[in-house]
Amino acid sequence: MRNTQRSQKIAFFFLFLATLLIVVPVGLIVVIIIQKGLPAINWQFLADIPRQGMRAGGIFPAIIGTIYLVLGAIIFALPIGLLAAIYLSEYAKDNILNRIIKLAIVNLSGVPSVVYGLFGLALFVVFLKFGASILSGSLTLGIMILPIIITTSREALESVPHSFREVSLSLGASKWQTIRHIVLPNAVPGILTGTILGLGRAAGETAPILFTVAAFYLPQLPKSIFDQAMALPYHLYVISTQVPNVDEKIRYGTALVLLSLVLFMNLVAIIIRYNFRKKKKW
Amino acid sequence: MVKLNARNLNIWFGQIHALKSVNIEVEANEILSVIGPSNSGKTSFLRMLNRLNDLYPGFKMSGSLEFDQEDIRKIDIEVLRKKVGMVFALPLPLPLSIFENVAYGVRMHGENNRGRISGIVERSLKQAYLWDEVKDRLDVSAFKLSGGQQQRLCIARTLAVEPEVILFDEPCSGLDPISTAKVEEAMLKLKKDYTIVLVTNNVKQAARVGDRTAFFLSGELIELDKTEKMFTAPSDQRTDGYIRGKFG
Repeated sequence: MRNTQRSQKIAFFFLFLATLLIVVPVGLIVVIIIQKGLPAINWQFLADIPRQGMRAGGIFPAIIGTIYLVLGAIIFALPIGLLAAIYLSEYAKDNILNRIIKLAIVNLSGVPSVVYGLFGLALFVVFLKFGASILSGSLTLGIMILPIIITTSREALESVPHSFREVSLSLGASKWQTIRHIVLPNAVPGILTGTILGLGRAAGETAPILFTVAAFYLPQLPKSIFDQAMALPYHLYVISTQVPNVDEKIRYGTALVLLSLVLFMNLVAIIIRYNFRKKKKW
Repeated sequence: MVKLNARNLNIWFGQIHALKSVNIEVEANEILSVIGPSNSGKTSFLRMLNRLNDLYPGFKMSGSLEFDQEDIRKIDIEVLRKKVGMVFALPLPLPLSIFENVAYGVRMHGENNRGRISGIVERSLKQAYLWDEVKDRLDVSAFKLSGGQQQRLCIARTLAVEPEVILFDEPCSGLDPISTAKVEEAMLKLKKDYTIVLVTNNVKQAARVGDRTAFFLSGELIELDKTEKMFTAPSDQRTDGYIRGKFG
């Protein structure tokens, strides 16, 4: 009896320890970055262009560049991802072609991000002659987040109870009407969650934008989608490794802005999901 | 007049032979009760009539099934399902308001006029004996209603598209006796204008509301007769056994 209790306590201890070990690095990263970066954050840092070889001034062009890239990626990836998800969850029959498609999506999500960068360079920058531009970068990021959007959207669509579809069909609604009026509205929160997670991923990646869009330093903001742009992750890489004598404060400040952007998006996703669960009626 | 006519109807789901050479005629304006134990094929038969079985992978059929003397496979599937409505076993409101639940089918068939839709919703809710209980809160989510009210809402929703046949798939299996009585009362009144096929696990319910009763066992139609005859002098021993509760 005592033996089982002791082993239970030991098991509990290790399970708890393992869980704690997950929290510690996350907590430390956030704490260190806030502690070191917060002193750099002020209006000038957020709204000014980099000055004195990026050793002073702000990071405004990088913030704007990241926002452009993320928006571009989503404009490209959301419609394609959503339509593909609808096809896969509602129409696709279980045959070889569709199994290949599903396998391709799984593999697409496993491709290292630097490979997306090279692919974007070859296809968009060189072959399609978009050059290093916001367009090339957005398309590359869009391809990278497609699997996230497809997978989460599919799960959201498939989680709408089958009985709702049967009811709708039994009333004489067509399959498309059923999808449009019953399935999609009830899957929107899940789709949004996936989209925002994809946004967060796109905002944070360095490798895919390295060869396709990111500029080392630009004195002005991009004027069209064919311009290069600065972006937060690449800017952080540059001031951390390529430019000597950058104040630690500025590096961590940049990291803090990037981290806040990504965490903020994740937070929005969590809030949407929470509100939907609360309202869920079945 | 024969409304639905199954001739030598066989269906399969993959390897499973779910209905075996079934012959049934359903008369217009009658209530046909279908009884039988689980896996007897009674629900498969019902879902044949509005072609919901088509949704299952591996579904196959042979023989013929006619609606108004026309092969159901030749009728446009949305038109058939509009004419042959269905009320499911569990109350299944759509995640919409009470009003929108009833209006859903009407809207899907292209009606946009708010006034006409309101009229149809009111008429349907009255036909399903729910109007008085919900008329002041039509904008409330349908999930706020009790189980019995939800099931009558589902009946109203089916009635709103003006079907000719209504299929009831064990409509009272989740309801208390009072709600059951209300649903049965609604069915008896609806008989005047509609043809009703009622699948039920409740033998007494079949006896209460059915004009004729069909008994299914293992995918075969064992017996089909006037309800009084079936419950007093069944011609097949297995029917007798099931009705008396010896198995099932």
